[in-house]
Amino acid sequence: MYTPNTPEERRAMLEVIGVQRMEDLFSDVPAKYRYPQMNLPPAMTEMEAAEEMQSLADANLTVRDFASFLGAGAYHHYVPAVVDHILRRGEFYTAYTPYQPEVSQGTLHAIFEFQSLVCALTGMEVSNASMYDGATAVAEAVNMAYHVFRGKRPKAVLSSALHPQALATVHTYYDASDREIVVPHEGDPTADPMSLLDAVDDRTSLVMVQYPDFFGRVYDFTELAEAVHAKGALFGIAVNPLALGLLKAPGDMGADIVTAEGQPLGIPLSFGGPYLGIFATRKKYVRKMAGRIVGETVDTRGQRAYVLTLTAREQHIRRARATSNICTNNALMALAATVYLGLLGKEGLRKVAELNYHKAHYAAQRLAGLEGYELAFPEAPFFNEFTLKTPLPVAEINRRLLDYGIFGGYDLSQDFPSLDRHMLVAVTEMNTKDEIDLLAAALDEIAREAAA
Amino acid sequence: MSWKVPPHLKYTKNDEWINPEDGTVGITDYAQAQLSDVVYVEITVSEGEEVQKGDIVATVESVKAAADVYAPVSGTVVATNDELADTPEVVNSDPYGDAWMVRLEIADPAELDELMDAEAYAKYCEEREH
Repeated sequence: MYTPNTPEERRAMLEVIGVQRMEDLFSDVPAKYRYPQMNLPPAMTEMEAAEEMQSLADANLTVRDFASFLGAGAYHHYVPAVVDHILRRGEFYTAYTPYQPEVSQGTLHAIFEFQSLVCALTGMEVSNASMYDGATAVAEAVNMAYHVFRGKRPKAVLSSALHPQALATVHTYYDASDREIVVPHEGDPTADPMSLLDAVDDRTSLVMVQYPDFFGRVYDFTELAEAVHAKGALFGIAVNPLALGLLKAPGDMGADIVTAEGQPLGIPLSFGGPYLGIFATRKKYVRKMAGRIVGETVDTRGQRAYVLTLTAREQHIRRARATSNICTNNALMALAATVYLGLLGKEGLRKVAELNYHKAHYAAQRLAGLEGYELAFPEAPFFNEFTLKTPLPVAEINRRLLDYGIFGGYDLSQDFPSLDRHMLVAVTEMNTKDEIDLLAAALDEIAREAAA
Repeated sequence: MSWKVPPHLKYTKNDEWINPEDGTVGITDYAQAQLSDVVYVEITVSEGEEVQKGDIVATVESVKAAADVYAPVSGTVVATNDELADTPEVVNSDPYGDAWMVRLEIADPAELDELMDAEAYAKYCEEREH
């Protein structure tokens, strides 16, 4: 809440400063720039403003209104009420960066729990306090690997099955630099992950893949990790953290760096954000990892306490030598994930993952059974997302699906021209069997109408 | 305050020492006192690498700060003290002995003349404390 100064307080302050009016404080600004005209409408009352925002919001159809089968990196999952309840506590909601441990134990403790949960989930040794989102986490993985080898290995080999936005982010970061970003078989999703090795040489610092990949496919990367290590490079895996409730942990496959988009863990879709970047690595590389790190220590009375640690890595301490310009985290979203994971626990998370898995497999079976539709990668195991070949362009199908109250899956032709008529279908615990059956009926009807 | 300043060594304005006989390089007692508890040392050059005077050869991180260690003269790196990464506290306890960081094959001995001797360095430290 904003509590302005009273006129008396203002008068007193102006007197101490030695000016007559507030306007006198701006005398250094050239007169013609002092009070620029801004073409704003007259001020609204709170009631009018609320009304206007509400009508803007009402113009959108959301996942509350329609059944959704859209994923591609952001998924409709259930957010337990407790998450919001804890997030909105003023102590968390308005907390600033915990630079002063003596007044920030709550925040620091929460972040420490987040880091610990990330390590438990991914099978890695250290985690940072979070990053902006999954895409920038991938870019930071490329950065970190570069610095592990002190610039002597300037090449990063990235899978073409990484999320297109993660790849685009990596390009944004490094295209203007002298780093080499190589994406073998770009645009071709049929390439086998092992084929990435062809591009790996002694100038490669990192090979990075996604798990499940952008098309929903699940691979065990253990063998690839070994082969990459044999060539002296680091191995990174970008994961869906919810899938880890069911699948083999990336740390167990031999990953050196694990990143994730944490949105599936108790964070609503919102309007594409805020989401949550997750970043974990091995202890021996901790000093090359960007981002904040919370550590556990004891205070002068021997009580357990938490502090920001290893801060000499960061740009506010040692700017010219920092390995990244990241020196912040996404504390509130990390807290959401922490509450979510703490609430569900290992068993609960597994149950959610299983629901996702089984519903998606039921949907795949129903949809592949429709005439004109088939699975694009029938051999590949998947978690809660799969690629479906369709008889019509996906954009057309999705338009028609709106009439049935359904948001269809992602149109892959947007990013992969060779994947015309391929839809990426996501199914979560939020999709009921009835919704899945309705989707099947709708897709069937749409295909038949088009054929007639 | 007085700091150890072994007479047989040469010193830089950045508080590095070099042994003119064998080319060993480290940071001084004054430096470790300023840094306070050292928690990490990273040698950033490898054996066989050529360095110019002023190139960074190591990074020292303490609870208070992180500092770079520069080559006092040009030369080739013939050895690095890889044990320091595991026992960084040695920089505080034995800065001229076990805390040596790299050993250089000195390219041009004349560059040593540009450095301070023990007496000049001791004076330099005194001046900074006032």
